[in-house]
Amino acid sequence: MTASRTGAEVRLEGVGKRYGRVEAVKPIDLVIQGGTLVTLLGPSGCGKTTLLRMIAGLETPSAGTIRIGGRDVTRLSAGERDVSLVFQSYALFPHMSVVENVAYGLVSSGMGRRAAGERAEAALGSVGLAGLGQRLPSELSGGQQQRVAVARALVLEPAVLLFDEPLSNLDARLRRRMRDDIRELQQRLGVTVVYVTHDQSEALAVSDRIVVMRDAEIAQAGTPAELYEAPADVFVAGFMGEANILPARVTALDGAAARVEIGPLTATLPHRGFAVGDASLAVRPEAVRIGPPGAGLPGTVRRAAYMGAVMEYTFDTPVGAVFAVSHALDRPLRAGDQAGLTLADRGAVLVAS
Amino acid sequence: MRRPPVAVWWWLALAGAVLLPWHMQQDGLGAGSLFALFQDDPEAASAAAQAVRHGRFWFWPVLAALALGALPALLPRLGRERRGALLIAVGLAGLAAIAAQGFAVGIRGWTAPWLEALFGELDDRQFGIGIGGAVAAVGFLFQASDGLALRGAFKGDRFAAGAVALLAGAILVFTAWPMAVILTQAFGTTPEAGPLAAFADRVADRKVWGLACLTSSRSCGVAWNTLTLGFSTATAATALGLAFALIATRTDFRARRAMRMLTVLPIITPPFVIGLGLILIFGRSGVVNQLVEGLTGAQLGRWIYGAPGVWLAQVFSFTPTAFLVLIGVVEGISPAMEEASHTLRASPMRTFRAVSLPLMRPGLANAWLVVFVESLADFGNPIVLGGSFGVLSTEIFFAVVGAQTDFGRAAMLALVLLTFALAAFFLQRAVLGRRSYVSLSGKGDSGLPTPLPRPVAVLAFLVAVPWAILTVVVYGMALAGAFVRVWGRDWTPTLDHFVRAFAITTGPDGGIILSGLAWNSLGTTVTLAAIAAPITAALGMLAAWVLSRQRFAGRFALEFALMLTFAVPGTVIGVAYILTYNVPPLEITGTGIILVACFVFRNMPVGVRSGMAAMSQLDRSLDEASATLGASTFRTLRRVVMPLLKPAILTALVYSFVRAMTTVSAVIFLVSARHEMATVFIINRVINGDYGVSIAYSAALIMLMVAAIGLIQLLVGRRRLGRRQAGGPGAIPVGGRA
Repeated sequence: MTASRTGAEVRLEGVGKRYGRVEAVKPIDLVIQGGTLVTLLGPSGCGKTTLLRMIAGLETPSAGTIRIGGRDVTRLSAGERDVSLVFQSYALFPHMSVVENVAYGLVSSGMGRRAAGERAEAALGSVGLAGLGQRLPSELSGGQQQRVAVARALVLEPAVLLFDEPLSNLDARLRRRMRDDIRELQQRLGVTVVYVTHDQSEALAVSDRIVVMRDAEIAQAGTPAELYEAPADVFVAGFMGEANILPARVTALDGAAARVEIGPLTATLPHRGFAVGDASLAVRPEAVRIGPPGAGLPGTVRRAAYMGAVMEYTFDTPVGAVFAVSHALDRPLRAGDQAGLTLADRGAVLVAS
Repeated sequence: MRRPPVAVWWWLALAGAVLLPWHMQQDGLGAGSLFALFQDDPEAASAAAQAVRHGRFWFWPVLAALALGALPALLPRLGRERRGALLIAVGLAGLAAIAAQGFAVGIRGWTAPWLEALFGELDDRQFGIGIGGAVAAVGFLFQASDGLALRGAFKGDRFAAGAVALLAGAILVFTAWPMAVILTQAFGTTPEAGPLAAFADRVADRKVWGLACLTSSRSCGVAWNTLTLGFSTATAATALGLAFALIATRTDFRARRAMRMLTVLPIITPPFVIGLGLILIFGRSGVVNQLVEGLTGAQLGRWIYGAPGVWLAQVFSFTPTAFLVLIGVVEGISPAMEEASHTLRASPMRTFRAVSLPLMRPGLANAWLVVFVESLADFGNPIVLGGSFGVLSTEIFFAVVGAQTDFGRAAMLALVLLTFALAAFFLQRAVLGRRSYVSLSGKGDSGLPTPLPRPVAVLAFLVAVPWAILTVVVYGMALAGAFVRVWGRDWTPTLDHFVRAFAITTGPDGGIILSGLAWNSLGTTVTLAAIAAPITAALGMLAAWVLSRQRFAGRFALEFALMLTFAVPGTVIGVAYILTYNVPPLEITGTGIILVACFVFRNMPVGVRSGMAAMSQLDRSLDEASATLGASTFRTLRRVVMPLLKPAILTALVYSFVRAMTTVSAVIFLVSARHEMATVFIINRVINGDYGVSIAYSAALIMLMVAAIGLIQLLVGRRRLGRRQAGGPGAIPVGGRA
C-alpha cells in the first residue's frame, strides 16, 4: 500500500451511449490526467453514472474509444481493465467476512489465499479497520462498510479508482470526514480517481477538476474555482452552489470590463465575451452587500432566518427576489425592513442564459 | 489478455466426430466405444470412420465444418471481429450439417422422396444420434456462442453467450420441436384425406365436441367434459381455498397453523391418492356404502366412478393449491386500507364487501385459473375414477395405448388440450399484469389485519372446517387401506401389502434379494429423480441468471418459451415426446434419458421463477463489484451469486425431486419395461383393483418424500453452519471453505 506510482491517464474520445432511441451519454471528449481527482457532477439522470460505468467496463459504449494509460480498453471487460470501482451501495458480499471481501479481487487474479489474506489485512489497516477482518459486513457501521469498500478497491492497486456516489448513504458529519479521507488517500497514493456525485460541496472539496454534466453532455469542465467563480451559464451557476440569476443589461464595454445595469444598480464586471445588450447576471448570496436604504438596489426583507453562523435574507427588489447571506449578526434585519443592495468585488458574473 | 478462446470447443467437436461412436449404442457405452475410429460395425463407429470406411457420405458436411473450424488456428493474425464471424459460421455450419444428416437419413434410408430423387436410391440406414453426435453438437454450439461473444455480443462475455446458447438449444430440442411435431401430426394425412381435411375431420369429431348429453342420455364430447370439470372444480376449490385463507390469516382460530400444513399436501401427494381414498369411502366396497347397505339394505351403486367422483377428487386435490395462492393474496391486502375504511365509519361488513373483496378480486381470478389449468392437466384422478366419463387427458392416453393406436387423434386431442391450457395461461398473465394495486402496498404498511365480519367468519368456518376434516379422513382411509387384508370384506389387520411390495429375502447363496414388487420401480424412480433434480436446478438457476442479468435480443422470447413449457399439460408433453423421439435423429424413447429430459423441462420453470425472484432481491452491484475485481463470470456465479441464492436452489432441488417422484401424466407414456416409474406402477395396480399394494406403496412414497425434503434441507443448512465456524475467531484469515 506504499506504492505511490502516478495513476494512469484516462482519455475518452467521442464516447457515447444510447439505449434504443434514448441517448444516455452524447459523444464526449474528455481527458483525465494521471494522478488527479476528477469529479463528474450533475443532477440525477444527466449521464454521469453511465459515463463512469463505461470507464469501469460495466457498460459498452455505443460509440467512441476509451483509453486508459494509452491502451484502448473500449472492448475489454471490467476484469481486464486496471480499474476498481467503489459502489454507491458498497456492494460488499454479505456472505463473506470483511477480509474475504477485501481479498476477493486478489484471489480472483490468482494470488494464493494466505498471501491475499495478509495483503487484505494490511489494506484494512490502512483504512483504519485493523482487527475487524473476521466480521461480516452486516456487523459494521455504515462508515466502516464504506471503508471496507475502499480497501477492497485499493488493495488491487489499480491505475484508476472510480467512485460512484460513495458517500450518499452516510450522515452529514461522517460524509465530511470520509471525503477528506478519500482525498488524502488519493494524494498519498497518486492514483487517478474519477468520482461521481450530485453534491456540489463534495465536488468542490475533493476535486482537482470538476466536470459538470447536463442532459447527457458536458456543460462545463474546469477547476473548482473556475466553475464557482466563472460559471459558463445559468445552469452551472445554479448547480455550483446558490446563485441569484438577475436580468441585467450591458451598457458599455471598456477593454476587458463591461458596465452592467441591474435595475437602478450599476457595476463594472469582466465582460467575458458579452456584447452590449441584455444578459443574465449570476450573483452569489455572499456577494450581496446589504447597506442602508437609498444607495444601490432597493430591497424589502421578505424573509429573515437565523442560521447560527449567518443570517439568511430574501429581499423583494425591482428585478425580482434576491437571496443573500450576512455575517452581521448583531443587528439583524426583520421582515419588512428596507435596505440598499450592492455587489461585492467578487461573486457576480455575467452568464449565458 | 486471455488466450484466443477457440481451441477447447473445436477439440470437443473433433472428439465427437472422430473419436466417439456417432450413433446411440444398443448396449450402452462400453470400453469398446472408445475405439469407435476402428470399429468394423458401422453402427458403432465414429462419424469420420463411417464416412471414410463405410461410404456414409452424408457425414462429409460435418467433417467439412470441422475442417473449416481449424482455420482460426492457422490464421493467428485474424482480427477479433473476423475471428468471431468465422467461429459463428463454423458453429452454425456444423449444427446444420448434424441436423441435416440426422433428418435426411433414417431407419429406412432417405426420409423424403425428393432426397431419393436427388441422390438416388440409398441402400443404407442409420439409427438415432448418440454420444458422438451430442458431443459434436455441443462443441459446434459453443464455437458459435464464442464467436458471438468475440464480436462483442453479451459484452464480450463468453460464459453468458454460452449459457444463452445452451438454454436456447435445449428449449429448441426438448420443447419447441416436440410441440411442432404435435402440430404436424394433427395435420397428418390419412389414406382418405389430405392434411387439412384430415385435421378438420379429427377436430370436428363428435366424440370431442358432441353435445348429446344435453338432449339424450348419451355422453357429451370430451372437450366439453374437460371444460365443465375445469369450471366446476376451479369454482369450488377457489371458494374453499378462500374460506381457508380467511381463517388462516384473519381469525385467531387455534388450529390455524395446522391448517397451513394442508398447503404441503398437494406437493408430496401422488395425484391418485385422493382418488384411492374416495374409492375406499364411497366405492362399491367402501365404508359408506357398506354402512348404508348394512343399515337400510339400499345399494348406493357406483356413482363415484364418473363425473361426480372425478370432480370430488379434484376439489380435494386442488383446494390446497388455491389456499396457497390465496394466503398470499389475503396477506397482500394492506391493513391500512381496511383501517382507513373503518375510520370512515364503514361497518366491518361494508369494509369487507367494498374494500377487501374488490382488492382480492385479481388474486381470486388468479387462483381460479391456476386450479382450472391443474384440472385440465390432471390425469391421475380421471384415470382412477373416471369410468366412462372421459376427459381430454385420459382420451389422449387411450388414443395411444388403447385398442387402436391413433397418433393423429392423440395429437389432435393434445392440440385441443394445449389450446385450452394456453388460453388459461394467457388469461392468467393478463390478470396478474393488472393487479398492481395489491402488490404496491408492500412497504411501510403497518396496522393490524382487521378481524372478519361475523357472518363471513361463520360462513368460512362452516365451509372450511368440515372440508378439512373430510380431507383428513380421505387421507386417513388411504393410509388405513394399507393395513387391512381386503377392504370391505376382510378387515383383518395385516402388513401383507407392505411385505408384498417391499420384501427382502435372502437367496440360496446367502445374497440379499429385493423380491418385493415395488423395488424395481422404486429404484428407477429414485435414481432418475436424483439425476434430474440437480440438472433441473442448475439449468433453472442458469436461466434465472441469464434472464435477470443479461440483456440480449430474444431475451423476452426465451423467458416466454420457458414459462410456456410450464403451461403445457403433462399428457401433451408425453404424447409429443413419444411422437418426436420414437424415430431418428433423436431416438431416446424407452431410455432413461427421455424421462430425465421430461422431468427437467417440465420442472425447470419453477426453478427459474424462484431463481428470478431471489435474483431480483440481490443487488446487481454485487455482480458488478465482482466483475470489476477481476473475477470471471463463472467465478462471480460460483462465489457470489450461488451462495446468496441457496434458498432458491434448495427450492428448485426439492421441487424437481418431489415432482419427478409424483408425476404421472407425462411419464405414463414414456416408461418402458426397463424404466418403470413408481407412480405408473401404482396406477396400473389401481386400474386393476389391486388396492392393498398400491396404498402401501403410496404411503411409502409419501414418507420417502418427506424424508428427502428433510435431508436436502439438512444438507444445505449444514453448509451454512460450516461457514460460520470458518468465519469465527482463530480461523485462517481467508476462505475456511474449499
